[in-house]
Order: sequence, then C-alpha cells, then structure tokens
Amino acid sequence: MSVLLIAEHNNKEVRPFTYNAITAASQINEDLHVLVLGHQADDVAKSLSEVPNVKKVIHVDNEIYENYIAENYTSAIIKHAENYSHIVSSANTFGKNLMPRIAALLDTSQVSDIIKVISEDTFLRPIYAGNAFATVKSNDKKKCVTIRPTSFDPADKSGGSAEITKSDPAEVSSSTKFLKKEEVKSDRPELGTARIVISGGRGMQNGENFKLISDIADKLNAAIGASRAAVDAGYITNDHQVGQTGKVVVPDLYIAVGISGAIQHLAGMKESKVIVAINKDGEAPIFSVADYGLEADLFEALPKFLSELNKLNTIQK
Amino acid sequence: MKILVAVKRVIDYNVQIRVKEDGSGVVTDNVKMSTNPPDDNAIEEAVKIKEAGKAKEIVAITIGEEKAQETVRKALAVGADRGIHVKVDNVIEPLAVSKILKKIVEKENPDLVFMGKQAIDDDCNQTGQMLAALLNWPQATFASKIEVKDNSLEVTREIDEGLETIEVNVPAIVTCDLRLNEPRYASLPNIMKAKKKPIEQINASDLGVDINPRIEQIKVEEPPKRKAGIKVASVEELVQKLKNEAKVI
Repeated sequence: MSVLLIAEHNNKEVRPFTYNAITAASQINEDLHVLVLGHQADDVAKSLSEVPNVKKVIHVDNEIYENYIAENYTSAIIKHAENYSHIVSSANTFGKNLMPRIAALLDTSQVSDIIKVISEDTFLRPIYAGNAFATVKSNDKKKCVTIRPTSFDPADKSGGSAEITKSDPAEVSSSTKFLKKEEVKSDRPELGTARIVISGGRGMQNGENFKLISDIADKLNAAIGASRAAVDAGYITNDHQVGQTGKVVVPDLYIAVGISGAIQHLAGMKESKVIVAINKDGEAPIFSVADYGLEADLFEALPKFLSELNKLNTIQK
Repeated sequence: MKILVAVKRVIDYNVQIRVKEDGSGVVTDNVKMSTNPPDDNAIEEAVKIKEAGKAKEIVAITIGEEKAQETVRKALAVGADRGIHVKVDNVIEPLAVSKILKKIVEKENPDLVFMGKQAIDDDCNQTGQMLAALLNWPQATFASKIEVKDNSLEVTREIDEGLETIEVNVPAIVTCDLRLNEPRYASLPNIMKAKKKPIEQINASDLGVDINPRIEQIKVEEPPKRKAGIKVASVEELVQKLKNEAKVI
C-alpha cells in the first residue's frame, strides 16, 4: 500500500521541511502521495506535483484550511487514511501537534521523530534527548510516523509531473478558533536548514549583546540560534531555541557562544558537522562535543572573530 | 472549573543517561527520578488558575509503578487537592496512557486536562493530542501563555515560526511548554500537609482498556560518539582552522 505525506505550507509556498519528509517517506514506500490541505494553495499543490518522488497530489481547497488547526486537518486526513499503509509528516511543531491526533483515531501507536528508515515497519529514533538510539518495530496495521527533518536530505524539487486530484473538505471543528500568528520575519536563512548556525547562551548577558552574534551571522550568511536559558531570559524570541524541546539543527558549522552545553541543548545540535565553542569556562560541557574550542571572553573574542572573517576574501555563501 | 493534571515520573533531567550493555534499554536502577519537567509547569499553571479563583479543584494523576506516586505527592505539595495513581507494571505507550486517561476523564469529568508537552524520557510528544482525539476535545499544545475566559481558553502556542494564539472551548486539553511559568518549590509545611491528602489507587487492569504494546523495542544503543576536538589558542587560529582544515567558511 502507499504512503500519505501531509504537506506543511503557508498556502503560497511549501515549507522546506516537507521536502526532507518526502525523502524519508519515499524510503518507506515509493508510492508516495502528498495531501495538501489549504485555501487557495494551488501553487503549493503544483510545486509538490513537480517533485520527482511524489506520485500523486491530493488537493483539498477550502477556507477552513486557511490556518492550520489540527482538529480540522485530522478529520480530512482520516477520510483518506484507509487507502494508505503509512501516514507521515515532519516532526516539527506542525507534525508534532497533528500526528498523534490522527494516530489515536486510527488506534495506532505513533512512531515519533525517526532519524532512519530501516524497513517499512522498523525505524531508528532518538530517546532521552538523543543520548540513546532505539530501533523500534511498529506492529500496527496502519503506521503513523513523524520524521526528524534534519536527518534526511531534502528531495529534488523539479522534474516530476504527478497528477493533482481534488478532494472535498471534511467536517470543521467549532471548538477551536485561530486568532493570530506572530511570525518573526527575517532575511537570514531558516534555522532548521541553514548551512551555518551561530548561537548565543546565557553568557550573552542581555538581548543587546546579541548584536555581536548577528553581525557575524550577517557576515557568514548564518542563522541565529539560542539556548533555552537565553530565550527564557528574554534575550531573543522562542523561534531561535535549539535543543531537546526546541529545534534540532544539523548545519555544516555550529558556533556556540556563551553556551555551557546542558544535555538538553546538546540534543539539538550535536549532530552538526563541525562544532565551535567559545566560552570562558574551560570546564563547560560544550567543549566535550566541540571540534574547535576557544576558551575566551566572548566580548573580546566575537569582535575579533568578525574582523578576522572580514580579512578573508573567500567566505562561502 | 475542575482541572486534571497528568504527571509522569522520569529519569531526572540532570542525569547522564547510560545504555544497558545488553541493548534492552537504559539504566534506571539507583538513578535519580523526578517529575517530567514540563509536567511541573502544568501543575503550576493549574494552581495559579485556582489561586485566581477560576478553578475549584485540582486532581493530579500519574500512571506507573508504585514509586510513580512520588510525582503525585509532589503535585499535592504545590497545590493539587487530591491524587490518582493508576498502577501499571510495565512501561506503556502514549496511546495506552491516553486510553487510561480517557477512562479517568469520563469518571472525573474535569473541564480541563493539563500535562507537559513532551516527556523527556521517550521524547514522544503524543499523549495530550491523543487524549484530545479520543475525547473529541480541542487541543492547545506547546502552551506558553493561558488566559482563562468564561467558557474558553485563549492559548499562546510556541511554534517553529514564532507564536500562535488560538481559542479553545472548554472542555479542552492543554500541553504545557517550559516557558509557561516558573514552577514553585513546595514549602515544608505544604509537604507535610500533602502527606494527608488522599491518593486513590486504581489498577490499570480494572479499567478495561487495551494497554498492550504495539511497538517492539528491538534494541537500544549508544549514539555514535563524536571524535574528541582540540582547543585553539586564539581567534586567529580558530579562523584559520575553520578555513583551511574544516573548510566550512
């Protein structure tokens, strides 16, 4: 049987992690269908039909799907579920909110946040903030799986021409109402997919000092991350948080500044290819995962780091 | 209003996890256990709502072995009125937990159910949403702010893009983020008082729900270790290494 992937989008564009989830979903089974629930999201359906790994796009267009409400999404997905062996989405706040609601109604024990597809029913997933990896086999007939997007490469976006079929909306929930979304707009790359991430922690001391980080981020075309301590202290908004309960990032280069390295933070970044730690406490646990550790006062090191970067004339973008 | 708060006993967040040599799981013997951190936020929020005069009773519930009661006792010490302990011998999956909670909700008839957004042991992040589905109640997950209205809640949710605010009618399920509030510590007198508060014990097997595992844990292993890195002496050296050795800038 086929796999049904739930697309994440904003009615205009496909959200990037959907492409990573497509890669994982097509490893489960090549007959991959994508469900787009949206309002006037024809561009989204079209983009997804051009992904070579996608065999069919089901598009449900209705104003009740303009904002993403798990209750409304769920009733529409359940309507289609009987034709599929697996229901799949990314394990970000979108899929984490949605998938268990679907799984419970299908009486399926969900497999969350997989990092590897071993077979159609067996997956690898991190537990205990990534301090252990569990190989698990789902014995449910229908499987609900969420995918850690950073563990899979994004799928190719062009060259395919899947059929797009229209489908009808399902019932709407009257007990949940969308009020507003406060989205932080930025010209910087997205934290989850950036090639370079520079993060600040409690050591930054206040929000203004994050300017030292953002100057370097601008120079390196990097995304800005933060530890939970920095977000809790109000230095920076929650969408920057990296860690067990924040975002998981796997950039080519992760620069941790003034972050001690609690296991909850390490859970969100320790798979990064190259890790740099700048911290004045030489005993900080962050140094145990760093490829390059610099024991220094960040207020001296960061301006110097920027001026050294400015001397290089070949920074990769 | 009546609020049911679900709490879970997990390995303390500060403990360095060790994987058992036979690959059957992680070491839990002689390891410090605590309440799952965001479950403390769930209790705190319920207590604040009660203190504001908007809730009459808080019931704390846990599902687990005998010692799981400690988490309920802790909830009683910070302000829950009474407790429920549903006894199970083995680790059960979130689907089974939500089926048990559904039975308890049907018996207790709370207006709200609060719990942490995720348990830090299995990192599943499922139970609240599953319970909401089984009850056909609205769900407000990853809550960092809750405003209680007449017959609804206005909840600010932490999402990847920033913050989202939704309104859910009561009865509803809320799963709590760590940023929802600052959990208080129990005072000694309150810890003493909590010892006298009742905890009802229920055997999961008496509830008539299927809690058998659907997922086989084939093995648990240590994640691959990172190669030890080096310390650099200066910013100049760091930049040179990043450029010429790691080739990432």
